[in-house]
Order: sequence, then C-alpha cells, then structure tokens
Amino acid sequence: MPEILRLRLQGVSKSYGSLRANDKIDLDIKPGSIHAVLGENGAGKSTLMKLIFGLLQPDEGDMFLDGIPIRWQSPEQARAYGIAMVFQHFALFESLSVAENVWLGMAKHWTLAAVSTALETLAHQYGLAVDPNALVHRLSVGERQRVEIARGLLARPRVMILDEPTSVLSPQAAKALFAMLRTLASEGCSVIYISHKLHEIRELCDDCTVLRQGRVTGRVDPRRCNDEQLSALMIGGAPPPLVRAKRDSAAALFAVDALSVPAIDEASERLNAVSFELMPGEILGIAGVSGNGQGLLLDMLAGEPSDDSRLMRRVAGHIRFQGRAIETLGVRSRRRLGIIAVPAERLGRATVPELSLADNMFLSDESDAWQLDHRKLRDAAQAVIADFSVKAPGPEALASDLSGGNLQKFIMGRALRSAPKVLLVSQPTWGVDVGASAQIRQQLLALRDAGAAILVISEELDELFQIADRFHVMYAGHLSAPILREDATLELIGQWMGGSWLLAQQAPSVAGAARRVHH
Amino acid sequence: MAYLSPMISIALTFMIAALVVTAMGKDPVKVLSLFTLEPVKDKRAIGEVMLKATPLMLCSLGLAFCFRSNVWNIGAEGQFLLGAIGAGGMAMWLTEAGMTRPGWLWVSLALLLGAIAGACWAGITAWFRDKAHANEILVSLMLVYVANLLLSYLVFGPWKDPKGWNFPQTLRFADSLSIGRLGPGMRVHWGFVLALISAGVMVWLMYFTTLGARLRVGGLAPDAARFAGFSARESLWTVLLCSGAFAGLAGAMEVLGPMGQLTPHVSTGYGFTAIIVAFIARLHPLACVLASFLLSMLMIGGELAQSRVGLSASVSSMFQGVLLMMLLIVDSFIHYRLAWRKHAGKDAAQHA
Repeated sequence: MPEILRLRLQGVSKSYGSLRANDKIDLDIKPGSIHAVLGENGAGKSTLMKLIFGLLQPDEGDMFLDGIPIRWQSPEQARAYGIAMVFQHFALFESLSVAENVWLGMAKHWTLAAVSTALETLAHQYGLAVDPNALVHRLSVGERQRVEIARGLLARPRVMILDEPTSVLSPQAAKALFAMLRTLASEGCSVIYISHKLHEIRELCDDCTVLRQGRVTGRVDPRRCNDEQLSALMIGGAPPPLVRAKRDSAAALFAVDALSVPAIDEASERLNAVSFELMPGEILGIAGVSGNGQGLLLDMLAGEPSDDSRLMRRVAGHIRFQGRAIETLGVRSRRRLGIIAVPAERLGRATVPELSLADNMFLSDESDAWQLDHRKLRDAAQAVIADFSVKAPGPEALASDLSGGNLQKFIMGRALRSAPKVLLVSQPTWGVDVGASAQIRQQLLALRDAGAAILVISEELDELFQIADRFHVMYAGHLSAPILREDATLELIGQWMGGSWLLAQQAPSVAGAARRVHH
Repeated sequence: MAYLSPMISIALTFMIAALVVTAMGKDPVKVLSLFTLEPVKDKRAIGEVMLKATPLMLCSLGLAFCFRSNVWNIGAEGQFLLGAIGAGGMAMWLTEAGMTRPGWLWVSLALLLGAIAGACWAGITAWFRDKAHANEILVSLMLVYVANLLLSYLVFGPWKDPKGWNFPQTLRFADSLSIGRLGPGMRVHWGFVLALISAGVMVWLMYFTTLGARLRVGGLAPDAARFAGFSARESLWTVLLCSGAFAGLAGAMEVLGPMGQLTPHVSTGYGFTAIIVAFIARLHPLACVLASFLLSMLMIGGELAQSRVGLSASVSSMFQGVLLMMLLIVDSFIHYRLAWRKHAGKDAAQHA
C-alpha cells in the first residue's frame, strides 16, 4: 500500500490576469521529508506557497493534506491545520516586543508570559537566541528572522514552509538551523524549503521540485545532482562563470581611520575604532552577522548622518578619499567625488516603493538644477532597464512592482551608471535569484577590474569567498584584522563571526560589552 | 478609489446632516438647500463664497505642502493671525502717519509683511523641532493660542482705536490701503486671483521642480531621502516657512480686504478649516482650490442656517467635523478589508 503523502498538489494552476503564475503544478511532499522548491524569481514559487498557505485560492487543481482534500479560505485556516510559513519579508510590528509579536499570532488561550517561556525554551532547543523582551525595531534583519522562525515553530506545524531562511544567518547559525530542521523532520513534520543556494539544498534536502516560468521542470533528489544539473533545470542553462582577475597593489583609494561612534543605548549599533583600507581594483568584504555595526558603518561611509549634528558630535576618527578627509561631507558631495553606496534595504531606502523607476532615478541625480527634468530621468531609467536586463514593464513601473532580484538589478545599474570610483554595497544579492546574483557579482568584478575600489558588506560567506579579495569580520562594532581570501576558510571566518578573535585579544571589559551586543 | 472617497464622504456627510437636522425638528430639504443652493444663487452670493474660499485656499496650499513632507503643521490659524497682525499693524501705522499713497505699493508691502510674519511664526515651530526635537503638532497648535492672546492684547491695549468708544479694535484703515474688489456688488477682492495663482505656483513647485521631488521623497520614504542626501532639516524649514507665509498672506488679505481694521475676531477658524480642505483635496494643490469652495459653502451655509432657521452656529462646525471623520472612515474602508472572525481558528483546530 502506498504511503499517504503529507501534502499533495495535482494540476494546480493560478493566473493573475493574462499571466499564468502557476501552470498545472504537481507537488508531492512526504511526511518527514525536507523538500526543496527551487526556481528563479518569478518562477512561481511565492504564488505556489501562497496557495498552500491559504493566502490565495487556486483557479483549478486539487490539494490534499494527509490524503484529505483541502481548500483554504484563509491563512488562519491553513495555520489551524498545521501549516506554518516563515516569510522572506517579515510581518512584525516594530514598536512591540518579540514576545508580544509572537503572542499576537497565537491562539487565544496563550498568555504573554507563556509565550516568553516558550520562546526561551525554543532558544535553548534550537539555538534561536532572541530576547523575548527586546523591541523589534531594535533587532537586526537576522534577529527578526529568528523571531519569524520561532513563531512558526510554536504552532507545532505538520508542514513548515521556509522562504530563504539562511540568507541572514552565519554558517554556524545556518548549521544549527539545519540541525533543527532535521530534528523537526525526524519528528514527522514536513519542511518545504525555498532557497537559491544549491549547496544548501544538496546538504539539507532529500527531495526537490524545480520550477521555471510557472511550470514544474523537474523532480530530483538533490543529493545526487550537481550545481550544473540543478541550474539547468532552473534557468534552462548554466549561469555564466565568474571571471576573476589578479589585483595590482597600489595606494589606498579610500581609507577609514579609527572611526568610532558610541552607541546611544544598549540595543543600538556602535563602531569601535574601525580602520581599514580600500585599494583601487580590489573587492574588500566585510563579513559578520547583521546587527554588529555594519548598518552604522555603511551609513557613516555614505555620509548619511552628516545632517544629524547630535550624532556627528559623538563621532571620532577619519574617513579619507584619495588622502583627503571627507567625514564631514554629506551624501551628495561624496557622490560627486564618485563614492556611491547601495544599502541593503531596497524598498524604502534605495528606492521609494510608491514612485516609478524614472522618479527613483532622481535619488541618485547629481545635478543641482531647479527644474525637474522628467525626460532625462525617464531616459536614464530606460537605459538602466535595457543595459542591466531588468525585467520591468518600463520606466513608469513602480519600484514596488518589481521582484526583489529585478529591483536589485535596477539599483545596482543605477549605481554603476554614475561610474563609481568607490562602491559601497550592502547585501548585494540578498534574496536575489541565481541568474541575477551571478549577473550582479559579475558586474562587481568588472567594476573592480576597471580599477574601482569596492566594499561588500555581506552575511553570505559564499558570496564573499566568491568575489572578495580580502575580508574583515565585524563583531560588536569591532573590525577584525584583514585576511586574504586565499588564507581564509569557511570555518575560520565562521568562528570570527562569533567574535572569537576579539575575545582572545581584548580585555574582559570589551568582551562583556561584546556579549551584551550579541544577545 | 482614492479620488472617489472625498465624493463618498461628502455624500455621507449630507446624509448625516439631514438626519441631525430632522432630529432637531427642522426641515432637512430647506436646511440642506441653505448649504448647497443658497450660497450660489446670485452674483453677490457667489462673491461671498469666493471671498471665504480665498483664505482657505491659501492656508490649505501651505498645509498640503507640509503634510506631503510629513511635517504636521496644524497651527495655520496662528500663522494666519500673525499675518493679520503684521499687515494690520502696518496699515494702522500708515493711516496714522498719513502715508496712504500710492495705495498699491503700501498694500503690496503690507501683504509681504503679513507673509513674513506668518513665516516667522511657523519658523518658531521649525526651530523647536530642529533644535529640540519638539513635536511640531503640539508646538504649532499651542502657538495658535499664543497668537490669539497676542492679537487680543494688541487690540484691547496698545493698538486700540482712541476714538473707538473703547471697542477692542484698531482704527479703520485708510480706504486706499485696502485690496481692490473684483467687481461691483461683490466683496471678493484681488486676493482671490492671487490665491489661484498661488495654487498654480504650488503645482509647479511640487511637480516640476527638484525641490518638490525632494520633498515628495522625504514625505514618502524618509530613509530614501537620507540615502539620497536630501537634508531633512532643509525640508522641515522649507515647508514650514512656506506654509507659514501662505497662511500669513491669507491673514493679511483678510484685514486689508473685507475687515479694514483689526479686531479680536479676524479669523473664523480658517486655519483649522484649511486642514480639512487639505485632506479632502488629497493634498493636491488644484484639488485644494475646489475643496476650498466646498468648505466655504459649508461655512456660509452655517451662517445662513443660523439666521434663517435658527440653527446653532456650532452645527456648521459639526458638519465640518463629520466631513473629516467620514473622509478618514471611508479611507480606512478603502485601505482595509472588514473581516468577521468567529473563533475560526479554534473550530478548525477541533475538526483537525
């Protein structure tokens, strides 16, 4: 007798207008299996997950949970039947605490105290360390994701869906997450794991369904496939290989000299005598779990707080460009010098979601003209769309209508268009599909080879190992000594991300402070 | 839908108004016609609507500018009063000094002074917000009371007309120191045209200049404005000074136009009513023009209802309040969907 599947989808289709987002999808998830759903942005993964989670209803096709036909009216219903989902974009109330956020989504009989205790238990059990009393707006992206995962786990799900969960975790934390997911699976819960990281899928998953353009293009055992085979199923061809060139040594183009910014309170980021040099023609990587000062560092390098006199008064140290101190210059003056920043937050910071791509070009416009030149902005947006193969209906498309990968291509294109001498990028490929990631990394390398100095702040060690020439690791506002990529190993950097180098070399008082920031 | 909601709100307001009026024992058809038909029945009446629409237009244009940039100036009333004090004080002094010719020059200067006075009053709010991170809503609102008391002090005290039988008012300004009327039989003056031109200028400023684009970015996404290097302090000062100047200009026009002297009752709440105008207009300058006419008709209808059918003056303020409430309610229903929950989660869990 055949085993009853935990979740079965037969011929499920969903259309938005003329676009067929899901076309006759079959999906078989066994109980206790970790099932990868692989596909580029726009392949229909999100739509499929929304169908399973009850956020959307299918146009046709059948769904079965443990052999029983299901048709969700709402996510609450799906949740009540044991389907949990951890979204890539978090749904947390910034002004509430972690425990309060989780409590809001729980059944009525839970008390806030019980939720706090349960969170602490989970923290122990799975290494998902989050302080239940911390306010969400103080948390880093990585910590927020832990809250989302913990929230999903508290519901004791039968099927747990995770959308790109590891993109903000250190390798050790990702390993812990994998161990946790394996435990969960061994307890009988099925896991649907969405990721672009092929090696992760191979390491973790025992089954894999690949989507392309709304259709299933393959069902494989990922442990028996290599990257090329998986990529071929996913994008219908192998991604272009990365070409690296040798870097030549020269004087530093951009340097940071003992830059310190004290924290306003315990939960906020700080910088502690951060120093580094950025050579022309090199990519310098800054690794570290987010929330350790990277956000503040990028702000300071880009010149964003120059308007904030209260913050600037507390800043010590120098930022130099071609030997000249520029720490007092504002964003626009630095941009005119050729120092361009690309922040991690694509919507709301790098772009205004409610405005068109053409209007968003205005954010990086360097001219001081009074008159707003709509045509120039339109043409510039059109050029970025064409040159960087951004999938967008046109310059009048709203930024919020683009998928994450395409928006990032647009933002990178806009930055590259101004021919930067120094490019400061944070999380360049966070949540971006393989094809677009390869394209963006290739562009960074090309810019490097053209002689620009590039700083890449990333939580994805794979990415840094792929493109960076040297790394620093950031921990609790401190920056480690540089290490050449050739000398670095994943294990070593992973340990550094936990602050080992700092604890070994610094006095106990600093270690105490570091621990505080870490939790 | 966003453009439809003001229409729905207006319709709902009239329905509620009809119910309230009926409950008060008046004929709703008659009262509603006072608010709708009566204010536009002839040239003189239309002139009155235009007259009252003028300060509403100017104040709401400035407020829309502020609100779009996430600066919540609700003290246009105070800035209006300062404009009236500035222009009125100058006109009073000129009349006493006998410097009344050429009228157009002194009127222009007095209007300018009024605008500057309004801008300075708004500047106090900007200064507190900038230097002390004080909440601009509270500061601008509290400054309304200060402005009111300042005006009272002046007209009850040093500026009181010695020949005015001890009434709290200044002397009447010389005839040459008033803004010319648009036509015979109407009280509306050239300030109306100036207000229309101002609306055009605001459209240009908001949609066709880099300044407007910066402010729009700052209002929609403050982090994006920071990323782009647009100074939040600059925006704060720009919009507050600009909206203060508009309100001050409106106040100056009021004393140099229909009033002809300063009294404690220069404003009938134009600065506050303009907040409703700005919201009904979706913060769009051209829509502010239309919405000013609507609220002007409501104000006039309220006065008519008072004199003709003996409804209390507060009924008209209540209608304004209802209108704003309806707009906010309709907006909520447009942005959010109503969902009924009857322990759906629990039931489903029991079945499972």
